[in-house]
Amino acid sequence: MSLYVDIEKHLPGFHLRTSFEAGNEILSILGASGCGKSLTLKCIAGIETPDRGRIVLDGRVLFDSQKRINLPVRDRKIGYLFQTYALFPHMTVRENIACGLTSRDRSFVGSWVEKFYLSGLEDHYPSQLSGGQQQRTALARMLASRPSLIMLDEPFSALDDYLKWQLEQELMHIIRDFPGTALFVSHNRDEVYRMSDRIAVMGNGRLKTVQRKKELFQNPESLEAALLTGCKNISHAEYIDDHTFFASDWNIVLTSSVPVPKDIRYAGFRAHYFSIELDASLPNTMECTVTDIIEDTFSMILLFREKQNKKSGDWTGLRFELPKTLWNDQIKKDTIFLRFPKDKFLFMK
Amino acid sequence: MFDLSPLWISLKVALPATIFTFVLGICAARTVVKLKHGQAVIDGLFTLPLVLPPTVVGFFLLLAFGKNSLVGQFFSQFGFSFIFSWQGAVIASTAVSFPLMYRTVRGAFEQIDQEYLYAARTLGMTEGKIFRKIIIPLAWPGILAGTILSFARALGEFGATIMIAGNIPGKTQTMSVAVYTAVQAGDRESAYLWVMIIVCFSFVMMLAMNFCTSFQVRFARRKGAAK
Repeated sequence: MSLYVDIEKHLPGFHLRTSFEAGNEILSILGASGCGKSLTLKCIAGIETPDRGRIVLDGRVLFDSQKRINLPVRDRKIGYLFQTYALFPHMTVRENIACGLTSRDRSFVGSWVEKFYLSGLEDHYPSQLSGGQQQRTALARMLASRPSLIMLDEPFSALDDYLKWQLEQELMHIIRDFPGTALFVSHNRDEVYRMSDRIAVMGNGRLKTVQRKKELFQNPESLEAALLTGCKNISHAEYIDDHTFFASDWNIVLTSSVPVPKDIRYAGFRAHYFSIELDASLPNTMECTVTDIIEDTFSMILLFREKQNKKSGDWTGLRFELPKTLWNDQIKKDTIFLRFPKDKFLFMK
Repeated sequence: MFDLSPLWISLKVALPATIFTFVLGICAARTVVKLKHGQAVIDGLFTLPLVLPPTVVGFFLLLAFGKNSLVGQFFSQFGFSFIFSWQGAVIASTAVSFPLMYRTVRGAFEQIDQEYLYAARTLGMTEGKIFRKIIIPLAWPGILAGTILSFARALGEFGATIMIAGNIPGKTQTMSVAVYTAVQAGDRESAYLWVMIIVCFSFVMMLAMNFCTSFQVRFARRKGAAK
């Protein structure tokens, strides 16, 4: 049971080129909106046709541009959970689940209804269901058609926060029981982290990295991965020696306990790792000009830049987030000293 | 006694014409929506009867169904002619009302959210089944609106009808032709009466059509997933 994808597609102003493999697992695709993740799913499902490439699912060739194979959508046996579920509004729950089934499979509709806690709602129309009931109906409908692969396209993005948590838990139980491959697409790093073990990061039509999730968050291999995992401070970096580098956007030479790769291009530093100092006596301490202070729900966000830094650019400003409980008026000064602990740097090539 | 025969002839012509238009319009709309190339050209061709002067449509119909045409010669073997017959009026009404049906239905098809069709395909439904079970039910209010509009148009058809079917009282004289005849003959009273009947008929049908159209918009759009 596996999925192999290697496809390329040109659109006006956009070029998709992605290749990856997935086994019997939940593989997440993390990417900003417009990066090509939905297009990738649509190509796999057969809704869109790639210009070039090959898609193989469990040994069945779904698409092969060289051999001119392009299986129609209905023969691909792929379950697709759309962002808004796409439940047919003129059909009841029972009809929605039964609509794609052969007469033999139709006798199981009752058991799908029970399995997804939809008993008593069989004759309701989608508009009469709550968000959770809609999602369960869509999942039941998808799984009743016995897919070999299921794909979930941003299933929570249209939901309120409090509803999202509950639906996520339900969805997780269901797709963990699914015996084949599941692809989960999202732009939300937390969802992706909770949902799967392996995460593929996508940016600008390219699949950048596929990493285990712990590794991805500790040591993102690409700039996109660092940004998508929520790293707020990024700078171009120049190698000086194995433990020293120059962060050109931040305008500071820093030392790292982790070896600096020779071909380093970017360095990253997460916004909550700074430590506040009284002066610049310790190494890696930056004399900072505070440019703004923003109060967030549970934290304070301090925007600052290096005092002598005359450069302009998006990355010259840095960001420090600290819990409100640690906030005191001392920090409100115009100039403060912040230290980068040596072991917290991320290096990207 | 006021002769009501134009009313019955109008209905006798408009009803079968609407049935033909209904089938042809849906087929044409489905074909055009699925076309990948040349959509604009085919669409223009199908819409032409809407903008051409009805006399020009009538002229083409005479060419196609007249005594010297292939169709005309075929039917003349059985001693039947479309010219100066109510069946000829049916053809004229069908031709003129077809673009309205086609356009309305096409609009309804295009309003259906693509995601429903994608979902149906991933569930393994065939194109025929998707058309019957998803597209037609979702486009139903639009189809109904198109049918009413076509019926109203077929009922009021004048120019092409008089070209092909003429103006034979009791045989091919429809309501709209009757108005013309009455005015020509200076029979103001009959003219007023027919005008009133036609205006009432048409207005009621437009109300019904607007009701259907507003329903279509609400129906075919995907609703937000959560409430």
